Amino acid sequence: MNRAKYDGVVACVPVTVPYVRHSIRGAHWFLARALRELIATAGLAKSDVDGLCVSSFSLAPDTAVGLTQHLGMSPRWLDHIPMGGASGIVALRRAARAVQAGDADVVACLAGDTNHVESFRLMLGNFSQFARDAVYPYGAGGPNASFAFLTAAYMRTYGATREDFGHLCVAQRQNALAFPHALMKKPLTLDAYLAARAVAAPIHLFDCVMPCAGAEAFLVMTADRAKRLGLPGVRILGTIERHNAFPEDPIQLRGGWAMDIDDLYAQAGVGPEDIDFLQTYDDYPVISLMQIEDLGFCAKGDGPAFVRRHTFTNDGSFPMNTSGGQLSVGQAGAAGGYLGLVEALRQLTGRPLGSTVPDARIGLVSGFGMINYDRGLCSGAVVLADTSSTTGSKPRAPDTGSTAAVRAGP
Amino acid sequence: MSQDTLAAFANALATGSIRVVDLTQTLSPAFPQITLPPEFGQCWPFRIEEVSHYDERGPGWYWNNFSCGEHTGTHFDAPIHWVSGRHLPNNAVDTIPVEHFIGPACVIDCSKEAAADADFLLTVPFVEAWEARHGRIPPRAWVLMRTDWSKRTDPVAYQNFDATGQHTPGPDADVVRFLVEQRDVIGFGTEAIGTDAGQGYHLRPPYPCHSIMHGAGRYGLQCLANLDQLPPTGAVIFAAPLKIEQGSGSPLRVLAMVSER
Amino acid sequence: MSLPRPPKKNPILRTRAPTTPPGGRSRVALGLTTAAALGRLELQVCRDCGTVQYPPREACHACLSERLRWTAQDGAGELIADTVLTHSNDLYFRERLPWRLGMVRLDAGPSVVAHVHGDVGDAPARVRVGARLDRAGQAVLVAFPEQETKDMADDRQLREMTCDPQYRKVLVTDGKTPTGQAVVRALVDAGADLVWVGHAEPWKQYAGFDAIAGLHAVTPVPLDLTDSRAVSSLAAQIGGKVDIVVNTAEHHRTFGIGDRRGLDAARAEMDINYFGLLRLAQDFGPALKARAADGDTGACAWVNVLSVYALANFPAHGTFSASKAAAYSLAQCLRAEMRASGVRVVNVFPGPVDDEWNQLVPPPKLAPSALASAIVKALRDGVEDVFPGEVAQDWLARWRDDPKALERELSL
Repeated sequence: MNRAKYDGVVACVPVTVPYVRHSIRGAHWFLARALRELIATAGLAKSDVDGLCVSSFSLAPDTAVGLTQHLGMSPRWLDHIPMGGASGIVALRRAARAVQAGDADVVACLAGDTNHVESFRLMLGNFSQFARDAVYPYGAGGPNASFAFLTAAYMRTYGATREDFGHLCVAQRQNALAFPHALMKKPLTLDAYLAARAVAAPIHLFDCVMPCAGAEAFLVMTADRAKRLGLPGVRILGTIERHNAFPEDPIQLRGGWAMDIDDLYAQAGVGPEDIDFLQTYDDYPVISLMQIEDLGFCAKGDGPAFVRRHTFTNDGSFPMNTSGGQLSVGQAGAAGGYLGLVEALRQLTGRPLGSTVPDARIGLVSGFGMINYDRGLCSGAVVLADTSSTTGSKPRAPDTGSTAAVRAGP
Repeated sequence: MSQDTLAAFANALATGSIRVVDLTQTLSPAFPQITLPPEFGQCWPFRIEEVSHYDERGPGWYWNNFSCGEHTGTHFDAPIHWVSGRHLPNNAVDTIPVEHFIGPACVIDCSKEAAADADFLLTVPFVEAWEARHGRIPPRAWVLMRTDWSKRTDPVAYQNFDATGQHTPGPDADVVRFLVEQRDVIGFGTEAIGTDAGQGYHLRPPYPCHSIMHGAGRYGLQCLANLDQLPPTGAVIFAAPLKIEQGSGSPLRVLAMVSER
Repeated sequence: MSLPRPPKKNPILRTRAPTTPPGGRSRVALGLTTAAALGRLELQVCRDCGTVQYPPREACHACLSERLRWTAQDGAGELIADTVLTHSNDLYFRERLPWRLGMVRLDAGPSVVAHVHGDVGDAPARVRVGARLDRAGQAVLVAFPEQETKDMADDRQLREMTCDPQYRKVLVTDGKTPTGQAVVRALVDAGADLVWVGHAEPWKQYAGFDAIAGLHAVTPVPLDLTDSRAVSSLAAQIGGKVDIVVNTAEHHRTFGIGDRRGLDAARAEMDINYFGLLRLAQDFGPALKARAADGDTGACAWVNVLSVYALANFPAHGTFSASKAAAYSLAQCLRAEMRASGVRVVNVFPGPVDDEWNQLVPPPKLAPSALASAIVKALRDGVEDVFPGEVAQDWLARWRDDPKALERELSL
């Protein structure tokens, strides 16, 4: 099976509507600001945007459909992607195909949420039918409880320690200190991480993201159009998407990436050794470890050892979550599924808002979303490249210690 | 003449030379009702439910609904109550001539005897002895058997059940026959829960006061109180039951008028 | 660890308002509650491919068949991960932290999220999952130790789902019947702190009452459910202390329509069986609801002794059946009104009890002591609907299978 490439299409104009802990605004306000900044930056009229893709939890009862009227748009291509942390990747691959096929010329991809004081609590009880029936009545711990199970099982199975997770959190905080939109402004030490109060053991305070309000956005258009508009773009080398992978696993120790990484790297024409930085979906650090393994950067179960070998900082080895990730920036609802992608666009166009990953040409962005019952159902990943690199194959290997067994799933 | 009599009566009431004595027990859910074996139909006890109490059910007024049997609390028995009186004319509370509701009363004090024996039965000799002291019972008089049973405020003592049934005083068969046939009384009244004794079922005929008294078109009053405040003779009692169509009896207010000499 | 006797209440402190855990469920998930109400664990099993499903769903996740049937499960499984919540987004749990829960891989297939009993060891550990009703009246899964442990019922989390009479104060509304007396004895044996026993028409003497009244924990109180003022008056005296109401008061005659003229028997049945419950609920309900979070042994349950005849009319006892059907309906209303407080309404549906009014009903008949044991067990297990004895179980099975067929069988 030959999958069509994403030639001729670029993602561009990374936009962040600054995050705030709580807001009295509605989701529409954040999405409107994102769209306004997209067209202002791109030098487009609103009517030039003929494709719209929206992800938001707090937009309800509206969907992308209602948003068109709210914002006075008449797109000829419209999508609403309720996939939480996988939304950005799924939005990108769908928008890219639409542009490639000529169904739309310019697609605005928006993700954002407001966060009222009570929003998070109200969302938890009705997140899904399974959550309402079979999770929320058990202590109403929300995702903390669900990820406590996964974290505990992962630790027991693969020997990860709290220090391993702490190492990731501390590194991401260091990356975040330079990122102006990060809600977390203070350095984090491993001691402080370890001393934090338990929330749902083994999940402790700094393992949790802070829910907040904000939005992330980008545009998808043809490379030619981006060039005419003078917009630096990013090429899409390959994408994958998978839902409800490995349903027979009694508890989630791996995600859908493990089913699809061969396809991803084959499309992209690169291997894990070619990746200059990784943006994981980091709602909890255990999920980052799972992605490192399932995306082939080390063998399954070697995540803890891998973590101990790298710094994960932008100036060190294996730069990861280069703006600080959700753990340090905050989780603005569905925008959390865009955070890494928007940051990757900035790094690959050489315009980071924070610190720079040196010589970043190829980045991998991963998404993970929707704890419907006991596990995240949606996973996706995209390999992106700057427009100057002509191919994915580059003789660089950021992790020479683990490339031998990278492709194997458990 | 009658106008003068009534005026004198009203004056006597106003001046207190006639004293009015309430012979009635308060209608209360706690007051016991007659108890039959469970397989029979039962007389309802007095029950009361609030309709409103200056509240959302009626902001400016207070009132109740109550329910009870015809034979609840201090009550009147009409001849139709008993099978022996079922075919008599004017035998129900709505058809009894109203003159019968007012009449003189002879009060026979059996309180010492009842205190000594809960199953005490009033007999002809006992009545004759009373007549020897207080004179012959006049025709169309109520005969009231004072036992002080009404002073038993504990329902358990008032009902006085044991495994053989109820033990309360009442008349024997001969004295009922005597009062009807020889003295032409208008009715018989007691302080206990029936006009018949608690063990009256074992007399011949069973329940003689009901059977003979009602069979002769006479009346009954039971659950009376304050008989100790009445003179042996000379009181006039007012005992008018509710006008219930084909009613066998009814709770009522029984008042006695007594001359203060 | 055995539960110590709770200290006396500090009268200076506010009695906390009751809260309940999240009670929202999809309709399909209510099948779990249906079984848990009877003390059973049932999960959906596909009738076409045999796959056990959880969480409850509308179609088989293996073969897409919609023929899913709720089927009894043994609940055997392995705790594969657990956590202790020290934070919750819900008021009820927030007040009860820390709270242990875990994921159990059932031997039957699915992984389930469950409350975890304190005596279960660290994961991985073998467990037995059961279904219980929580304070919202909804089914939840609980992972128990595989083997019975000492004082298992005293687990702090488990007690949130049960109504153990130990150390509680109970009102039994009629102590004169064999059932009432057996219930009093069973509650005393179960460690109830105090049992008030209703005593209607005190002049009527019934065998056994004096013996009950003489028990150390027992206090007779005047209570006639036909007397609104008496019910109100008693509620005013003791309503604020009652933790469990067991309504044993019953009027039972053995008539249908044609074999008893008039209404007196039927009305007496309604007056106690239906209106009596209504009077009791209006006067004792509010204080019970208000005290549903009053410490470890606060108000927790309301037990109605109904009859299996409430489900379908037994014509030989026709008016009695009707009064019990009315009472059952009212008990459902009571349950709904109690729900917000978490006070459990337990409906007990015995078949014929071996007493005076079932003299002519052929055996098997339920011994009053067996009925009493079933009531105490229901309180301890936290179940909501109890069908004690063979006849009740038989009727229940027939009624659930086909109510119309049962009606026709009973009319023969």
